[in-house]
Amino acid sequence: MKHKYLKNVVTLKLIQEKCIGCKMCLNVCPHGVFELKDGKAQIIDKDSCMECGACAKNCPCSAIEVNSGTGCAQAIIVGKLTGTEPHCGCSDENNGCC
Amino acid sequence: MLKMNSNRKVKICCSNNNNNINIIKSTSELTFSDILGSLKARWGINRMNFKVSAGLYSLGTPDSNSPVMVTGNYKMSFDALRKELIGINSYILVLDTKGINVWCAASKGTFGTNELVNRIKKVNLSQVVVHKNLILPQLSATGVSAHEVQKISGFKVIFGPVRAEDIPYFLNNEMKATPEMRRVRFNFLDRLVLTPIEIVGSLKSSLIIFGIMFLLNLLSIGNFKSIDVIAYLGAILSGCVLVPMFLPWIPGNAFSFKGALIGFLWALLVVILNWRTANINFLNSLAYLLILPSVASYYAMNFTGCSTYTSLSGVVKEMKVAVPFIIISIVLGSILLLISNFAS
Repeated sequence: MKHKYLKNVVTLKLIQEKCIGCKMCLNVCPHGVFELKDGKAQIIDKDSCMECGACAKNCPCSAIEVNSGTGCAQAIIVGKLTGTEPHCGCSDENNGCC
Repeated sequence: MLKMNSNRKVKICCSNNNNNINIIKSTSELTFSDILGSLKARWGINRMNFKVSAGLYSLGTPDSNSPVMVTGNYKMSFDALRKELIGINSYILVLDTKGINVWCAASKGTFGTNELVNRIKKVNLSQVVVHKNLILPQLSATGVSAHEVQKISGFKVIFGPVRAEDIPYFLNNEMKATPEMRRVRFNFLDRLVLTPIEIVGSLKSSLIIFGIMFLLNLLSIGNFKSIDVIAYLGAILSGCVLVPMFLPWIPGNAFSFKGALIGFLWALLVVILNWRTANINFLNSLAYLLILPSVASYYAMNFTGCSTYTSLSGVVKEMKVAVPFIIISIVLGSILLLISNFAS
């Protein structure tokens, strides 16, 4: 079943002019956000994007931008309280949620 | 030695004068001890020590043409991979991900381009296999840039399927996966196995809360009874267990909303069942209706960190609404609770 989260919040951007149709984004996306059409990638399900950043990381043409980061509530709280990027320090404490 | 590579400096371990090849023999069989270790890790017991050493491992009798699979040094990840490779002569390159699983480590950068490139060098992989292929779990793509790894190490990263169980199919089908093999799931069992660590995560705060209740009772400021403890525990279970279990069937998209809903139903149940008894009066019923949904909402919101489909932007958005709500409700509810203790 396809899980649904909040709509219209995701920061995913694809610059089609830079795309060479290598299909890396199709391969690495865990939620089928991309499809190939006329030799270029396009976003077909933006709301399913979880901003993991795999696509942007593996696009050899830098055609994809997304604001990825640790997305757990704890990390965001810690980040806001310390004035830094979200981070949860899972590997430091005996926390183990990761 | 630093190597400039498309605006990023990648430090390559150059003090590696050691040309030794050290391959650790492993098997694809999991022992009772392995399985028990995983079970304990799910409950946070000895979790951060549940690791294997980084390095190169062999399964069966691989030769220089055998495939090389890559994983992290969290023992659960290592075991999940090797148990699917029964009868497949292969190598497993284990990266030092500080005992963290593949996907989390990838998003933190520890299962990343740098570590992979360095580990390849450290184990002298180019002297072990003649091919230049590495099969990585798809979910490591968050931290590993395939084209950069190729540029720096000469090794080609091939992203395998999401789940190790599909690797045999992948290997037999010219390194191709079906679209379904490239999708992450989050079904009932996936969610259920995450609930123990959620419960364990709530223990510390719960003990503090109970400590405060006990102290307030001692000082005669509070009059907390067992009903209060049960009510609180029920809210914890709502957020840590019920919401994860029934996630897609609970109305609302935001996890904090789902938690508040289940927490509210629990609070209603507590109030209704106790209405006729001496345990409850109007004021602390109201307090329950404020506090319990908020507690459940907080823990449900935390579950976003374990989920496989929530975006950072979405979590930030729901927290902007949920956190103020939770704080205000809990403060108001706590004040009402204390007043009701005095009034009774």
